[in-house]
Amino acid sequence: MQTIIRSASREVIIGHDQPVVMIGERINPTGRKKLAAALEKGDMSLLQAEALAQVEAGAQVLDVNVGVSGADEKDLMLQALAALKEVTDVPLCIDSAKPEVLAAGLEAYEGKALVNSVNGEEAKLKEVLPLVAAHKAAVVALTMDDKGIPTDVPTRLAIADKIVGEAAKLGIGLEDIIIDPLAMSVAADDQAGLAALTAIAGIRDKIGVNQTIGASNVSFGLPDRKAINGTFLAMAVMAGLTCPITDPTVWEIKRTLVLTDLFTGKDEFAMNYITAYREQFPEED
Amino acid sequence: MADLNAIKEAVNKGKRKDITGLVQTALDDGADPQVLINEYMIDAMKEVGARFEAKKIFVPEMMMAARTMQTGLDVIKPLLEAQGSQKEVVGTVVIGTVFGDLHDIGKNLVVLMLESSGFAVHNIGENVPPETFVEKARELGADVVGLSSLLTTGDPHVKATVAAIKESDLAGKVKVVCGGAAVTPKFAVETCGADGHATDAVDAVKTIQKLMGLN
Repeated sequence: MQTIIRSASREVIIGHDQPVVMIGERINPTGRKKLAAALEKGDMSLLQAEALAQVEAGAQVLDVNVGVSGADEKDLMLQALAALKEVTDVPLCIDSAKPEVLAAGLEAYEGKALVNSVNGEEAKLKEVLPLVAAHKAAVVALTMDDKGIPTDVPTRLAIADKIVGEAAKLGIGLEDIIIDPLAMSVAADDQAGLAALTAIAGIRDKIGVNQTIGASNVSFGLPDRKAINGTFLAMAVMAGLTCPITDPTVWEIKRTLVLTDLFTGKDEFAMNYITAYREQFPEED
Repeated sequence: MADLNAIKEAVNKGKRKDITGLVQTALDDGADPQVLINEYMIDAMKEVGARFEAKKIFVPEMMMAARTMQTGLDVIKPLLEAQGSQKEVVGTVVIGTVFGDLHDIGKNLVVLMLESSGFAVHNIGENVPPETFVEKARELGADVVGLSSLLTTGDPHVKATVAAIKESDLAGKVKVVCGGAAVTPKFAVETCGADGHATDAVDAVKTIQKLMGLN
């Protein structure tokens, strides 16, 4: 199963037979005070810097979320897309909780975007899937619904099935759906990691779609979070994760993902790892 | 005489298996249940909170300590009821996640820590509309209402909920405290008019105690 995302000039293929695709998570003001303040003022320079840093670190897709309180998110999204176009041609993942922002973003975007996100809630299915269909985009689908975020595996699979079914009715194929089975903190529930990994493997085996995950949730409340996130990501890739939404500028994360490619036979002569290593630790002359 | 400090130590270290026996022995030896709670268990949780804040311990350890305390309380409660008394309650808190948001982990940690600090806590769940916050706060006689919001899209709901409380008959009687990843102190207090903001479960206990004049 291959999911293809495009900008006007670049194409990214996500698939189980492909190297892991890192979707850069840093363009998101939640919990990032400086970026939030810059966006509130309509200053796009920090957003551009975040984009460049992530692309340099190996992000192949950039998630773009500009939801700050008290600002016109639709207008900000359009400004952000224009600003990003000035500095990079990597395909984008248009991320908002508001359908009207997704709609405006998709309207302005050149290429085939990824939409973040739909989930099993009735309102979301009704509002977001038609947008995805109309723009022939791809979509991230979270396995939660009106009843909340499930902690068990069967409910996650059932929600994934439901979304896939609703999408099919609108002509959205499996290849354009990327499931996010939602990893929760292992600090609050020590079975949460196993549940997420089991869900990933189940979705891969039963539905076969590409999968993403926001890995940083898993380590909330524990020390040495990078180590936890990295270990979880490596295990998740083995289970069927293909395009994590993560921070490629964190060496421990990037290193883990490049190495998973090597261990799954997708890094010829280990060249990607060696290149990444040299970039991280440049030789001194 | 039973070693009451062992009770404190058990809560402190989250030794859930030990606590039932320790509390039972203490009660059998004639220890005052109210003293056990107030001077040993709540004290232990204060230390746990301080060590969490200092990043000496982590979320699972804090949860284990709080659960150990709850297990100990389960032993004490029947005795209090038999005496016709109740656990002393320092205050009543109604807490929920705002409308449109289903996140519960952080909020549930706050519930655990408030209960372990002697509060009566009513967790009214997630995706709670503003009017439900008002109704429940009135019905349950809340001193404080706690709002949790993890999504930036929750901002209007935080604002609407604070406004609903401040415009109701509860105004001036019920304090409102906001928390969660999406909520900054500035937004909670200045923009929405909440009485306080908390960054985590330990800070929530401190903030609420301060607003109620308890510390």
